Amino acid sequence: MDSPLLPHGVKRCSTWAFFFWTLPWLALLAWGGLSAFLCLWKGLNQTNMSNIFAFALWIVFDLAVIALGAGAFFTGFLTYIMGKKELKNIINTAVIIGFICYSGAMAMLGIDIGQPIRGWFIFWHANIHSMLVEVSFCITCYLMVLAIEFIPIILENRKLEEIKELRLFGHNLHEIMAVFAATGTFLSFFHQGSLGGMFGVMYARPFAAREGFYIWPWTFFLFVLSAIACGPCFTILCTKLTEFFTRKKLVPDSAIQLLAKISAWLLSLYIVLKIADYLGWMYGVVPRSGLTFESFFREGPYGVWMVVAEMIFCGILPAIILMVPKARQNQAWLIIACLLNCTGIVLNRFLFIIVTLAIPVMPFDRFWSYLPTWQEWGIGLAVVGYGFLLFSAAYRYLPVFPKERELNPITE
Amino acid sequence: MKKENDHGKHKYGMVIDIDKCTGCGTCMVACAAENNVSVRADQSDKERTITWMRLYKISNGKPFPHTEISYIPRPCMHCDHHPPCVSVCVATATKLDFNTGIVSQIYTRCIGCRYCQAACPYGARYFNWWDAYFPKKKGLDRYLTPEVSPRMRGVVEKCTFCHHRFMRAKTVAYAEDRREIEEDEYITACTEACPAQAITFGDLNNPDHEVARLIKHPFTFRLLERIGTEPKVYYHSSRDWVRKLADNFLPGEYTPVVNQTWAEEEWSTKPGRDEF
Repeated sequence: MDSPLLPHGVKRCSTWAFFFWTLPWLALLAWGGLSAFLCLWKGLNQTNMSNIFAFALWIVFDLAVIALGAGAFFTGFLTYIMGKKELKNIINTAVIIGFICYSGAMAMLGIDIGQPIRGWFIFWHANIHSMLVEVSFCITCYLMVLAIEFIPIILENRKLEEIKELRLFGHNLHEIMAVFAATGTFLSFFHQGSLGGMFGVMYARPFAAREGFYIWPWTFFLFVLSAIACGPCFTILCTKLTEFFTRKKLVPDSAIQLLAKISAWLLSLYIVLKIADYLGWMYGVVPRSGLTFESFFREGPYGVWMVVAEMIFCGILPAIILMVPKARQNQAWLIIACLLNCTGIVLNRFLFIIVTLAIPVMPFDRFWSYLPTWQEWGIGLAVVGYGFLLFSAAYRYLPVFPKERELNPITE
Repeated sequence: MKKENDHGKHKYGMVIDIDKCTGCGTCMVACAAENNVSVRADQSDKERTITWMRLYKISNGKPFPHTEISYIPRPCMHCDHHPPCVSVCVATATKLDFNTGIVSQIYTRCIGCRYCQAACPYGARYFNWWDAYFPKKKGLDRYLTPEVSPRMRGVVEKCTFCHHRFMRAKTVAYAEDRREIEEDEYITACTEACPAQAITFGDLNNPDHEVARLIKHPFTFRLLERIGTEPKVYYHSSRDWVRKLADNFLPGEYTPVVNQTWAEEEWSTKPGRDEF
């Protein structure tokens, strides 16, 4: 039915099969749509957020997808600025995932604020001292950059390419992509950093507070580093998932291996610095506030096990697997390592958001816990559904993987 | 910023005598009534109700007969110099007034991101999870204070040290051709309502004000002083276990002022309690 829209020389499933594939993701979107309607209509009382858990599931989702979507700017940086040509085979995937992550996060933030209609106040009445302002400015600008990076991929669609003007426009955009890659790198550095800074500057919350360099707490740099360490791994995971569902090899191993290797080094560096950060915090901020490391984990479900899982199982372990060439060349180990790496970063964001708020600062206050409502899950999972839908549509109608034809020749 | 504030003439603050506080909750009620704090039909969800002034019950944790209970009334601390909530606000909706030391909140500018709530260690900031509700049947709408704007759903609110009372006092003073207001001309609703007179309010910078004298007392302390928020709300207690609960201390760090308690020594009845 939609065959005139499909790229040349590649095999795609039937329209019906594609339609059925989209149903679960559409269902997730419908769930999210209903939740969003309820939250906007009735207010945030539809969630289980409270005056204690001012930030909750959505912010965890936001920070997680923004870190995971860092593959877009970082792969762009490696491809266009560092000249790693083999990554051209995966850059489209990275850009689309980045776009999905950032646009999803923005949509979620739009519902998360109590007065969505006043969202523009962030720009109009900007408080330049707030890390969240830096985040908002950079993410908004970077989403535009991502859209610009996405346009040439869309214009490569078979039907759109037939229009000469669009083809020329797309081609010219391709030519100047390095400029956008550089802009994206600059913007991403600052918003990934300021997302970390957001928590490090909360000096009255000893669990999150960090010292730092000039106005930037250490979390600023650690968030940048952790994002570029896990972003490429998430791009690999999405590629592998696409390869699994399409039963095709889509990206040459050289590109995957290069990304995995770079990720390994960055993750190792991150883990070393993160250990230093933990130690510096344990012997600096924590005792200065009259607390000990254990005092944060005295009650509630969030125990020391989370830190152990974050640092050892989801930090050191994937770093070792990705570092050893033989291990990362093994598909199963590569996927496990990428999964662990991404889990570790999500866990790190969870600790900074949920655990920070769950721990009382005043000695006579109590510990609180929190479970999200179905509306919160609905909006969070809608981003997942949206991601699957957009990526599936992109894969079906656009030449996302430049080497697909070469790796999967059609034999009639 | 610091320099500017040091030149500020007034620094309003409060001293709450925990030894006098009976935990009756009048301050909470007076505050809510004065400041048009919205209610809900069911107020039992304490994680989401709004209590600008909140009472915390504390205990020395000892078994009978040495058990002691006290209450800590907790308004906004109006932290000085660099309040944790002010610098984080995205839309400049909260501000430290260098002329009064009051941390204000502009409801119509707040976008409801709740970053300030996350940054405040005292839990003094409240989000409006529901639309404002003042049940007409119970006549609550007739009790609304005309000088205080009610808040809409989706914004953060907090104790303002009854800022409208400050404005009122200033207007009266100006009308009488005065530039300064007297100590008793501007006090908060909780100060006025406390039946035990446990709350003293005034200008911390003015040596003639009672608060300026009280904060020099060795029994006076603040909540979480170590993290550097510099609250302008002070507390006063002769009991060490109360003072110790005001902050986090590592073993051996806390130095008692006078290591005595009421139950053990009946110390409060002895002369000298107020002679420091």
